[in-house]
Amino acid sequence: MDLLIKGGYVYDPLNGINGEIMDISVKEGKIVEKVNEHEAHVIDASGMIVMPGGIDIHTHIAGSEVNSGRLLRPEDHIRDVESKTLITRSGVGYSVPSTFTTGYRYARMGYTLLCNPSMPPLEAKHTHEELDDTPIVDKVTFPLLGDWWFVLEYLRDKKIKECAEHVAWMIIATKGYAIKIVNPGGLEAWGFGRNVKSLDDPVPYFNVTPREIIRGLCIVNKMLNLPHTIHVHTNRLGQPGNYATTLETMDCVKDLAINDKPVIHITHCQFSAFKGDSWATMRSGAEEIAKYVNAHSHVTLDMGQVIFTDTTTMTADGPWQYTLYELSGNKWVNHDVEVETSSGIVPFRYRRKSYVHATMWSIGLELALLIKDPWKIYLTTDHPNGGPFTEYPRIVSWLMSRKAREETLKKINKKARAKSLLPSIDREYTFYEIAIATRAGQAKALGLRNKGHLGVGADADIAIYNINPKEVDPSNDYKVIQRAFLRAAYTIKDGEVVVKDGEVVKAIDGKTYWINFEESSINPLLSVSESLKRKFREYWTVELENYFIPERYLKHPVSINIKAGVWPL
Amino acid sequence: MAIIIQITPKYEFKVPVYAKCISPDVFDGKGLEEISKLRVLEGNRNRTLGDLFDIKLKDKDDAETIIHLLGSFIKVREIGANMTRGKIIIDGDVGMHLGEGMSGGEIIVNGYADSWAGGAMKGGRIEIKGSAGDYIGAPYRGSKEGMRGGTIIVHGDAGREVGCLMMGGLIRIYGSVKHFVGIDMLDGTIVVHGDSAGKAGGGMRGGRIIICGYIPSILPTFTIEDIRPSVNIDGEKISGPFYRFIGDMADKGEGRLFISKNKNPHLSFYEKYL
Repeated sequence: MDLLIKGGYVYDPLNGINGEIMDISVKEGKIVEKVNEHEAHVIDASGMIVMPGGIDIHTHIAGSEVNSGRLLRPEDHIRDVESKTLITRSGVGYSVPSTFTTGYRYARMGYTLLCNPSMPPLEAKHTHEELDDTPIVDKVTFPLLGDWWFVLEYLRDKKIKECAEHVAWMIIATKGYAIKIVNPGGLEAWGFGRNVKSLDDPVPYFNVTPREIIRGLCIVNKMLNLPHTIHVHTNRLGQPGNYATTLETMDCVKDLAINDKPVIHITHCQFSAFKGDSWATMRSGAEEIAKYVNAHSHVTLDMGQVIFTDTTTMTADGPWQYTLYELSGNKWVNHDVEVETSSGIVPFRYRRKSYVHATMWSIGLELALLIKDPWKIYLTTDHPNGGPFTEYPRIVSWLMSRKAREETLKKINKKARAKSLLPSIDREYTFYEIAIATRAGQAKALGLRNKGHLGVGADADIAIYNINPKEVDPSNDYKVIQRAFLRAAYTIKDGEVVVKDGEVVKAIDGKTYWINFEESSINPLLSVSESLKRKFREYWTVELENYFIPERYLKHPVSINIKAGVWPL
Repeated sequence: MAIIIQITPKYEFKVPVYAKCISPDVFDGKGLEEISKLRVLEGNRNRTLGDLFDIKLKDKDDAETIIHLLGSFIKVREIGANMTRGKIIIDGDVGMHLGEGMSGGEIIVNGYADSWAGGAMKGGRIEIKGSAGDYIGAPYRGSKEGMRGGTIIVHGDAGREVGCLMMGGLIRIYGSVKHFVGIDMLDGTIVVHGDSAGKAGGGMRGGRIIICGYIPSILPTFTIEDIRPSVNIDGEKISGPFYRFIGDMADKGEGRLFISKNKNPHLSFYEKYL
């Protein structure tokens, strides 16, 4: 059925619309110029905010590591139980919610597209099965390729074209979307109980440095013409003094940028912005990072904001997760995924009164506020590492209201408060900037042309929040903002109303986008088969035939066809 | 003036019923109408208290609310969870997680209480006239924060892992216990007047366990400290003599394990290490 959303204040940054009262017409799941008002279902959005559906660029919602996290945390689920309704299935939260609950909760907050950022290629089938069971929202997933033996070997031998072909094959085989790099080199070194200490510390037995991996895969990313940049979790994440490594990481691909287009996405940057040389002297490095990002345009970031709560940390960064276990003494999981990557899980509680945790909280917000251009930094908590995604509305209120920040500042560790830069920052996000940080910016960074905006031809993924921007002053009434963003008045997915007044009214299935490569000079399916077959016998415990995921394995796959070209070297 | 609320099941439950709302804190100030509309879960379905139970109100001249449960509540879980005041009397058996996380008030069970009775409780008192299941005072699966305070008294026997991860308070069992009494406990006191099936205090780092009956053996990670004529619990003297062990050494623990000397002649070889 056609839809007409009447009279809302529309925030659509990709089309430059800033709070104008406009009507949005929807036909067959797409936004169109006009529909017949008498035949369409009319939604009265007067006095409300209309935004494109939210996009989360980095959220661990599916896959074997999330599932291990679920197994590890029954005490987390018991606090947060959702019962079955006529429309929705039962499930549990809190920090590692079950798949159905994840989909419903995101939809209730007006989110319609999620990026599952770390998928060990070997576990791709499992990941896609869980993504298929995450209702309403659309999904993309990034295979972990930074420590894959093939990549390490080809980059060591300077065989960029072969590397690109194999990466392309892997993206097709796992139905992935972008190249994810986690602690490049460090995960392979962790196989020998070690880690890499800097960008120029060679990986044992491979003799390739993290710098070469990042640069190599960045070039591969350009050769393959992938819509997203490389998605990097930096070396030395979570260690005091790592901001220097982060700056070096950003700088090492600077020369690969053309026309000021981003070439690297530093994810959950808060965890990579620590100054100091021990936990006692740890300080915020947000100022330096913001200074660099303000001066350069080849980088995008996401926050990785910390929330003071009990959560579950999970990354593919095995050595870091082991350190975290040693710090917290909590129960832990660590796993080596053959040939490809590692992973670890540790439950963790961020405490207001802890100096380090409170400083981390401050760093995330400092980054978001000190980086002037909202198109460069996006709102995430690295769910569930910094806190569960259900806390996003609180982050929105911190960004929009100095008063909300001060309210929390009052309660945190004294030493952290004294050192925090937040009291010196007056900036408050506008609704337009929030729309960039939570949807438009992400869509642009991901290269999804039909998402994150409300122009004609875009997918009709729309979120309507019950806030009147003319009446509500976000800097004072931040609680109103929080409530409104937690429960969207309407969420519309593919032209259907799925959420009304914060409750799911229709549970539809979302799509999974994956990258396919059109015929070009790089033809992964033909050219890599021989060497792959041989290496599969040598390296993996699985057979090549069992590895490849056919498109029919996914419930609602949508391929995005890319023409890969050889990038001028 | 307060009330007695009498609750009886309407039928025999086939699946677990989660009735966290059966608690004096929730019932206080509510009429019959409101109480009947409280939400409970039967399996994964949302139901109301009135759907599953007959509820009657009786007036009485007393300050505190009394909830009187009559019949078999063995499938009904989380009764009295997080309560802070008032009294619950159960004439019959009761299901898991009774009084979980409670911080005040009193629960009396005239029958059997299933596992996790008084799980992670912080205060108050639970008295079980019959036997009890496993994990008395233990936290929910996966959590590391056990019972912090209050008293649990079991007149019959108790199951395995009594006082798991206990951090304070008192558990008193007049019957016997199965394996791993006081596992991983950090503080508090467990008194077992009957026998223990063994492996007492595994992984304990603090607190006291007193076993007045027979125990087949002591874990090898405990070392004998001395022989005490009696143990003092909140002013009450339990006379021994007791062997006093320290452990669990594998966890660098300083927990104390008191084992009756008279009931365990097979442990007399420890005396040569004194």
